[in-house]
Order: sequence, then structure tokens, then C-alpha cells
Amino acid sequence: MVTNEVYKNEYDVIIIGGGATGAGTARDCALRGLKVLLVERNDYSTGATGRNHGLMHSGARYAVTDGESASECISENMILRRIARHCVEETDGLFITLPEDDLGYQRTFVDACQRAGIRADVIDPDEARLIEPAVNPDLIGAVRIPDASIDPFRLTVANLLDARLHGAETLNYHEVEGMIVNQNRVEGVKLLNKRNGEHVEVRGRVVVNACGIWGQRIAAMAGVNISMFPARGALLIFGHRVNNMVINRCRKPANADILVPDDTVCVIGTTSDRIPIETVDDMRVTREEVDVLLKEGVKIAPSLATTRIIRAYAGVRPLVASDDDPSGRSISRGIVCLDHAQRDGLEGFITITGGKMMTYRLMGEIATNAVCAKLGNTAPCVTATQPLPGSEEGAPDQRDMTKRYSFGQRAAIGRHGSLAARIEKDNDIDNALVCECEGVTVGEIKYAVHQLHVHNLVNLRRRTRVGMGTCQGKLCSCRAASLMGEFSHDVKGAQEDLAAFLDERWKGMRPVAWGDTLREAQLTAAIYEGLCGLDMAVDRTGKEDVQ
Amino acid sequence: MADNMQKCNISENNFEQCTKCSICTTVCPVAAVTTDYPGPKQAGPDGERYRLKDPAYYDKMLKLCLNCKRCEVACPSGVHIADIIQHARMTAGEGKRASLRDTMLANTDLLGTVANLVAPVANATLGLKPTKMVMHSVMAIDKHRTFPAYSRTKFETWYKRHAAQDQEAYPHHVSYFHGCYVNYNFPKLGQDLVKLMNAMGYGVHLLGKEQCCGVALIANGLYKQAKRQARVNAASIRQAVNMDHRTVLTTSSSCTFNLRDEYPSMLGVDTGDVRNDIMLATRFIYRLVDEEKVKLVFKQDYKRRIAYHTACHMQRMGWQLYSIEMLRMIPGLELVVLDQECCGISGTYGFKKENYERSQAIGSTLFKSIEQAQVDAVATDCETCKWQIEMSTSRPVENPISILADALDVEATRRANGL
Repeated sequence: MVTNEVYKNEYDVIIIGGGATGAGTARDCALRGLKVLLVERNDYSTGATGRNHGLMHSGARYAVTDGESASECISENMILRRIARHCVEETDGLFITLPEDDLGYQRTFVDACQRAGIRADVIDPDEARLIEPAVNPDLIGAVRIPDASIDPFRLTVANLLDARLHGAETLNYHEVEGMIVNQNRVEGVKLLNKRNGEHVEVRGRVVVNACGIWGQRIAAMAGVNISMFPARGALLIFGHRVNNMVINRCRKPANADILVPDDTVCVIGTTSDRIPIETVDDMRVTREEVDVLLKEGVKIAPSLATTRIIRAYAGVRPLVASDDDPSGRSISRGIVCLDHAQRDGLEGFITITGGKMMTYRLMGEIATNAVCAKLGNTAPCVTATQPLPGSEEGAPDQRDMTKRYSFGQRAAIGRHGSLAARIEKDNDIDNALVCECEGVTVGEIKYAVHQLHVHNLVNLRRRTRVGMGTCQGKLCSCRAASLMGEFSHDVKGAQEDLAAFLDERWKGMRPVAWGDTLREAQLTAAIYEGLCGLDMAVDRTGKEDVQ
Repeated sequence: MADNMQKCNISENNFEQCTKCSICTTVCPVAAVTTDYPGPKQAGPDGERYRLKDPAYYDKMLKLCLNCKRCEVACPSGVHIADIIQHARMTAGEGKRASLRDTMLANTDLLGTVANLVAPVANATLGLKPTKMVMHSVMAIDKHRTFPAYSRTKFETWYKRHAAQDQEAYPHHVSYFHGCYVNYNFPKLGQDLVKLMNAMGYGVHLLGKEQCCGVALIANGLYKQAKRQARVNAASIRQAVNMDHRTVLTTSSSCTFNLRDEYPSMLGVDTGDVRNDIMLATRFIYRLVDEEKVKLVFKQDYKRRIAYHTACHMQRMGWQLYSIEMLRMIPGLELVVLDQECCGISGTYGFKKENYERSQAIGSTLFKSIEQAQVDAVATDCETCKWQIEMSTSRPVENPISILADALDVEATRRANGL
């Protein structure tokens, strides 16, 4: 891509934020014929999009406390099953009542689900034990609901791909440094290209702030005040799946009450803690958080007590204070779309925030409606019916046992749906595995690097699952770095990238570094530091981590 | 952290303990000769995570695994890699019928019973070129293979006629799990054992009821039948150990490994309570001599140069040392210990047409080193290794027990042990 060309253009809409919401908004705008630029300061899906459960809520979790969110969830849930099939695994879910819980809540829960239009079948605890053997066998009640598992990285990339197919430009590693404001009108953004240090200005008729928790800062740059209430949640990833259905606790939402099977792993979460806005960039997981997650997690699935934990991570929910109550006592978990012309008298600026990854499409639709209203565009929204790239009608299925796919091909179909056809697989080299834990081939790496905006190994991980397995990059990161070096002809750069990637992997392992995870990390250190001398080849001291 | 939490990671066959060091793949004899097989790490712990996600991720190439267990021996983390692979094959193969060929190869005892009755005819016919061509093309049993010759008299028949009545007179007693090979193909090995044990003052007794250990049934996917036979054998072994207080001796490394380790891990037939009482005769004899409980007296003029080949399952048990040290007790026997390499046959694996070339490629370095060793014979504790090495080299192969029996001065040994 020739970025200089991009900077010179004037856009109908500039979307700030490359999470699911930004990507969904970009797709919707592009499908309605607008000229779109999306900018993201890091990689796509680095914020809350890539830092949640990977749970495709049925809405049941919100049914009792927030009927509106529950209805939105179930409606989006059904839409995503159609349009994002390759990102979704239709696992179904259970809401279990344990002896310490009030079984009476189950009736309240089921009634609320029915009001929200969520199918909720009360099943016998014996049946629950049969269909999900990992569940705590002491359960006294179970309700089956249409929860599912979803991969937010894939989902975001698929939205961006479709946006680009329809003419949108997308730039990662471009940070907004300021807004161009002229007489109560936002006319564009000032950008820092973090890859080369260049400062540029880009103009757009409307600017959409889709930055999640970081939206408060962006709004402030335009002189507008939004009060965000950051709610931090920590999660643990286990080395393999113990469960094949989502398992929730049937009680008022609390800490660590959802266990989700995500791809080859399972994830327990979350905690929920209000944190000061200044600390939203600090994603370190504390010992206390790990303890709470484990203590509660084993109540859902006792085998978690003896299952290896490969990583811990945290994300920040972008909760917004209602405008009529800036104190934050009344906080909405629903979608908030602010037209700053009406709210603050500032033209050309829209903030879309609140909501959930689950409702990203609806948020995109609402934001695009607001943009279109300003621009006089009357095209209808089609994102609820048009499948994302990879999920078209007749796309291959990773579970199709009649096809003789190799392990790597099957895994790639699971990740890219019909787009896996673009992955080269005609020779032994392209079929060779780079990441053995997750079945990523040389061909898939090539595809990701050349077509999915990959600049470094962390980007590559989000697009392909390289380094997401139990060895956390021990074997694959070196191979992947070698390929990246080949493509870029920059060996030194590839070495530095490798060191940064391994650092990033260690960060997530550190809070759970005991037992086999610690052994794993020690072997990694022995290989890369002891054997390869990577720490001597690359100077990492004082380097800011932009991962 | 809460008590008793995260103290250890317990997963089926310890697959979570894998740190992806890949040592297993470097020792895998199959991965060394073909890229079709993903290697033990990928087929085992890596693949298992995906199979837990969805059984569709079962890779048909897992059938190339020899189940030699060399990966498990090499693993520094105690992962039961080969068991994971066998379990995956078992799960994926459930409900499917084994082919006629596999059923025939797997039922070593059934085939043996029939062949014994017509041994001369069977041996001649199975060796004929037209028969081999039919088996090659119709049954996919490779034409290069010759079935081991069948004996006219079963070991059990010989034992009842010529040995049974004398055994009670000895001061000590053992039981003997002879296995199919001794019974149908090579009763001499069983006779050698009886001769040896008797000379040391031990009476040898057959089990109440012995069936084929089932190692070939497991390898060919006939798990239900294997399980039935395992239960019969486990009961007989228990009877011998608990009621008669006899150690159960064996002369086949694969039968031994199967009885001790594969019964619980593959078939869910627990033999843990009697596991320590099932052992190869070489180990039993070495320990008796080492603890000075018996004395062996050897022939004066004995002189042979022997190479010892460690069978894969022998290596898994770590018992090759007993056979090697037992052979080293024989004066006049010059022993060459070969590098531990797979011969490639892996029971019935190498008999299958589709595996023949791979099987020979796996064994090629072993065959070369045997030819270079300039020995009179090769010693090994596994009968299928014997077939493979005899087919692929110019040297004869003998069980260490037969070599010991051959070198022993029986009368002098009897006297030395007060008989």
C-alpha cells in the first residue's frame, strides 16, 4: 500500500479504533458506499476486542439484570451464526446451579430468558453431566442455552477484509495525536505513523470515535468530555479444552463464573474491578486475580485444579456513565452512540462506545446510521445478512470428515473458512508446519503476511494462532521469524521482533509461572538465551513495548 | 492460592507435561524415513489438543506409528506419547471392522492352531511363490515376507507329554507364559527354558489358562477381542501369583510388555497387583545368579561371537541390561552390543504390503551394523525382530535363553545347585 496516497485522500468517514466495533463500522460504511479510512494505533484487536472470553453470548447472562442487552445479544448471536460461521463454534452452553447457589434463581433466570427471546431449556443434572462431562458433578440444576464460542481476532480481520474489498483503507500502527477542529467542526485527524515516526494530517467529513475505553482521550482531543468507567477483567487460559460447552453459573453475575471452550484451549473469567482511567494501559494480571479465578473456576469444572494454565491476561470494558448522571452511579452496559453535534455542539464527530464485542455489528450499524444521516446517505444496512469473507454459502467445514484434509489444512479452514483456499499447499514446504501446537503451515504464514496486514510476530499470532499453543512460541516463533526475515530481507529486524515476541509471551505466562508452564518457560529461555544467545544479539533494554 | 490446587497437572497420559522439546521426534524410526508421518510429538500431545476440540482432527497417518515406544523412552517429561497415539487410533477406529488380512495377522493363536495341524503343508504352501503372490495381491501381505515356520507339535503338547510330570519334584517353582511363538512356531525356546530352570532347581508350570497376549490384536484394532483375552490371562496370572506363589516367566519381550503395561493403559485391564511378578526369564535368571541363589556351570569349550539387538519393547522396559549381563556370564561368549535401533518389523506391521518398504528402510542401519559385526548369531528377546533380521541379514537369530541353554553344562549345573 502506498500510504502517501492514503494521506492525500479526503474521506467521507475516518474511523478511529481497530477493534471489532471500528472494523464493523468500517465494513458497514464501506458497504453503504462511503469512502472510509480506519486508523488504529497498535495492531487490530489489541484492546478489549482481543481481551475477552471469546464468548458468543446468548444474552442469558444479562437476561435477569439487563433485558435490553439480553435481547440485543440473542439477536446478534443468531446473525453471527449466519454471517461469521468460520469465526463461530456452535457449542451451546449451560447455566449450572451448584449446592451453594439458590436453585430458586433458576426460575427467575429462565423466565427472564424467555422474555428476552432466548431459548432456555431446564435439563436434568444427569443430562448435564452426560453432555458436558467436565461440569462439576455436584450440580443441582442446569439450563441449556444457545451460547457459543467466537474468535474475536478472526471476526475483526474478516470485517476489515470486507471493508477493504469495498474500498475502505485501513492503517494499523497509526496513532491519533490530535483532532483537526475548525469552527465547531471536526475535519480530520492528526496521525503519527508509529512505524516510521512520520506526522500526517488526514481529512474526513465525519470522524467516528470507536476506541473503547480509550475513547475518553480521543474525545478530549476534540474538546468533548465523556466519562468512561473502566472495569477491568482478568482471565486464565488453560492448556487444552476440558469442556466442549460454555459453562456459566446460574446466579447473579459474579467473578469467574464462565468457562468457555475457545479453539484448542478453554478460558475462565472474569474478575471485575473498577480501575482509574489512568491505568487502563496496564494489563498486568495480579496474583489475587489468579487466585480468585482458580478458586471459582474449579467450582465450575473441578479438573481445572490440575489442568495446566498457559497464560493470564486482562482487558478493560468500556463502560460509560449516562449523560444525566456523570457521577457514574448509573452505568449503562448497553450501546452508547453520541452525536456530538447534538450533545456538545461539535459537528462531524460521533462516538460509539459501551456495548460488547458480541454486539459489535449492531454498534457498527448504529454508528453508520448516524454517519449516513449526517452525509445524507440513504443506503440500507446489509451487514446482518451478507456473510463475511470466509463464511460464504458453501464454505468448507473443518469438521467435514469426508474430506481428506491434512492437519494443517483442517486447522486453516477452521481459522479462515473459505479464504483458506488462498493458502498455498502444493508443495512440501508450504505444507510444513511452523506452529506445531496450532497447526499453522508455511503457506498460511505467507498468506497472513501478504494479505492480512502483518508487520510483526504478534500481528501474525492474532491472524493465525502462531505461538498460542502450550509452548507459547518456543518452537514456532523462531521459524516464523525466519520466514518474516525472508520476506522483509531484514534479519536484524526479525531478530528484534523474535525477542519482543518471546518477551510478550513471557508476560502472559509470568502470573501463572509454576509447574509445567514454568518448565516450558525455562526451556524456552535455555534455547533462546543459552543456546542461541538472542539476548546478546538483541538489545531490549529501555525499548518501549508497542505490542 | 487455595490448597491442593495446581500442585500437579494430571491429564490423560500426561500429555500436558509435554514441553515440546521434540526429542521424541528425533528418535522416532518412522519419522526418520518418511515425511508422511508427522512424528510422535505432533501425532501425540499436539494432535491430542485438536482431537479434544474435534475428533475430525484425527489424522489417518497415525496408523504409520510402530508403537515401538522409543518416543516414551526418550521423553524427559514422562509423557506416554505412544499411548496417546494408540488411544487416538483406538477411538477413531471404533466401530470399524478390521480387514480379513489384519484379522488373520492379529489372531496369531488361531492361525497357529490351524497351521500346527497341517504344519508341513502349511509351511510348504506359505513358502510357495504362487501363494505369496496371492497373499501379496489379494490380502496385501507383502510378497517378500515368509510366515515363520509352524511346528508339528505345539509346545503345550510337548510339555504335557514330556515335562509336566517331572516339575513338582523341584524345590522351587515358576509359571511360564510361553506365548504364541513358542507354542506354535518354535517350541524349542520353551524347551530350553524348562531345561535351564530345571537345572537350577526350578520346576516350570504352565498357567491355568493361557491365551494369546493380544499384542497383535491391539496393533490391528481388534480391541474387544484383546480385552477378552487379557481378562483370561490376567485371571490365570493372578491364580499363579496369589494362589501358587509363583513368579510368571516369559521369553518374549513384547508379550511381557503387553501383559505388564499395555493391559492397563490400552485395554483398561488392571494388572498392577501382579505386575512385579511378571518378568522375562533373563531378568529372573540374572538376579538369581547375582544374588548367588543359583550357580551356573558352563561348557568348557564354548566359543561364540554374538551381537545383542535391543528390541523396542525391551528398551521401553529397560530390561536389555539383564539379557546383556546374563549373556556376559557365559565364558567364551564374545558379546557385541549393537546400537539401540528399531528393526522395522514391529510385529505384524512389516508384514503389510503398504508398510514393507518403510519397514526395511527403518531397519537398514541395523542390518548394516549386524553384517559388519562379523558374528556367529544375533541375540534378541523378540521373535518378530528375529524374523525381520533373519530375512534381512545373513545371520541367524536366537533368544538369549536358547544361547544360555546351549552354553550350559546341564549336569554340572544340576550338581552345583544340589540336585
